[in-house]
Amino acid sequence: MVKVQLWGSLRSAADGRTEVEVEAKNFRQLLDGLRAAHPGLAPQIERGVSMSLNGVIYREAWFTEIPPDAEVVLMPYMTGG
Amino acid sequence: MSGNVTSHSEFGHGDPAAGFAKADKVVERSFKTAATHQGYIEPHAAVASVTTDGKADLWCCTQGHFFVRTLCAGMMGMEASQLRVTPSEIGGGFGGKTTVFIEPVALMLSRKAGRPVKVVMTRDEVFRATGPTVSTSIDVKIGMTKDGRITAGEAYLRYSGGAFPCGTIDMGGQAAFAAYDLEHVRTYGWNVLTNRPKEAAYRAPGAPQAIYAVESVVDELCLALKLDPLDVRLKNAAKKGTKSSYGPTFPDIGLVATLEAAKKHPHYTAPLAEGQARGLSCGFWFNFGGNTCVSLNVNTDGTVGITEGNPDIGGSRASVSLMAAEELGIPYEQIRTIVADTNSLGYNDVTDGSRVTFAVGLATIKAARDAVRKMCLRAAKIWDIDEEAVEWKDGAAVPAGPNAGRFPPMTLAEIAADSFATGGPIAGHHEVNVDGAGVSFGVHLVDVEVDRDTGATKVLRYTIFQDAGKAVHPDYVEGQMQGGAVQGIGWALNEEYIYGRDGRLQNAGFLDYRIPVASDLPPIETVILEIPNPGHPYGVRGVGETPIVPPLAAISNAVSRAIGTRMCELPMSPPRILKAIGTTA
Repeated sequence: MVKVQLWGSLRSAADGRTEVEVEAKNFRQLLDGLRAAHPGLAPQIERGVSMSLNGVIYREAWFTEIPPDAEVVLMPYMTGG
Repeated sequence: MSGNVTSHSEFGHGDPAAGFAKADKVVERSFKTAATHQGYIEPHAAVASVTTDGKADLWCCTQGHFFVRTLCAGMMGMEASQLRVTPSEIGGGFGGKTTVFIEPVALMLSRKAGRPVKVVMTRDEVFRATGPTVSTSIDVKIGMTKDGRITAGEAYLRYSGGAFPCGTIDMGGQAAFAAYDLEHVRTYGWNVLTNRPKEAAYRAPGAPQAIYAVESVVDELCLALKLDPLDVRLKNAAKKGTKSSYGPTFPDIGLVATLEAAKKHPHYTAPLAEGQARGLSCGFWFNFGGNTCVSLNVNTDGTVGITEGNPDIGGSRASVSLMAAEELGIPYEQIRTIVADTNSLGYNDVTDGSRVTFAVGLATIKAARDAVRKMCLRAAKIWDIDEEAVEWKDGAAVPAGPNAGRFPPMTLAEIAADSFATGGPIAGHHEVNVDGAGVSFGVHLVDVEVDRDTGATKVLRYTIFQDAGKAVHPDYVEGQMQGGAVQGIGWALNEEYIYGRDGRLQNAGFLDYRIPVASDLPPIETVILEIPNPGHPYGVRGVGETPIVPPLAAISNAVSRAIGTRMCELPMSPPRILKAIGTTA
């Protein structure tokens, strides 16, 4: 199981929790798992999210492998100027 | 939540209330920042030509012509392949040219007229019709112990994105406390609809305002507790292993190195005359990579052409050529990099997020390695040895070892000259969605003098310390750092959208919207630090956005120290300074 940290304003979409667990070996599975376990997160995932894996931020990378005990943080989709 | 709140975000960890209880001093302040325009010199311009067979060409000044194609093809009901977009040489963008304004209008008019159509905005139209940055209202509360340890930080950020939703608040909320290693931190953000122009991105969108507020309160605490502001930042600096205020644990980052460089620099201890004061601030930006395609063509005369798809807004073509020269082992002068139209390459993300030197550079290095592999294969065939027995060294294919045989080096030019006979033209390609950009930190140090009679602030000395990972072209890195600082100086001292009682913009021109000019500025010294980014073959980090973040607070802190009153609103224009010190002009 992968522990996923959510940012605070997603708490209401995840039964009041800011850390949830899903079965996933890569980011695509992780996003699918989050949608299935917490449908309230689906709109935000559709709008766009970034992922931090052990401190490195990924914007779109379905097949990035998530090693055991990795730190995974869901973040808003990164934009810049 | 009010109906005109389009988004809300919350970031952080710990229990701020518990942290504040441990503090010896807590400061709570409210700040405001005005909407400011990116101030690019070149106005928006586009030429569109739609022909009767349904094909179209569009030439425009943009930071991302592939994105322009996506938006315009959608609005025109066209297939992407039938709309070719060519970016012009850009006269500044700074985030403001990451979307479309007149481009679909020109296309639709051309379709109706059956003739090419040119649309150019006046300066007045640029100010009124293209996006400024968000205006903000921010409350910050920070607790600190007597010895300078921050016990908790909390911020409430309200961003006005104009008459349409925007997501800038997310970036501000994440960036606000990023420079600090905090046990208890929380930010709450709201984006609010207002009757103002639609916000557009502006260099590190959302971060300068949030960090201005936080760094102002940190400075006030340093003054109140009689602590050195650099020592306090060093004591609390985020570093490798810090759980950042927005969630992830930081890998190798360069904040401590930039702070230490600032502390050692002669600027920090230079004497100040009466009426002068010094301020400093940390700055932060995320950076990212994104979708990138590069083609590298080896010409038969031994020169190389590189085709990439990101409008060059800061010298990126030179950096790309330099990285290719390094990989290929040929002189920089033998390489030319161009920015191609949308039909010449696969999709490239917009030039934003400080991504181009990092991401296009990475793709160029990989494309060059692809070409090198192919050139080694040609040499192997000529020498009739295995491909694995050939390696690339100093711009030539050479036998990999004594067992490979004895052959003189075959240069890139020699391999290229024979390429028609050895299998055809040689090219390298790389297409990728790049990740691993690596965050960026900077520290700015500024001395100012405030004229107590007029309220005018003069910037006397300015020094920038920033981690570039690896400065491929140091002059252009310096240019990015100086340019960001100058825009931040304008934001801090003069720039703002001013509205009349009738709700109309009063200063839609450079005469009344006062950006800094050369005579307003001292030489801006740069100190480039190089803490390699492990996500790039040469260690490159983006540098373009971070330098606009610290000037707001650095100058506000200096001005506040100079006049003995904490300034809490930007810009610190002369009337606001005079009001703060209780005098009238």
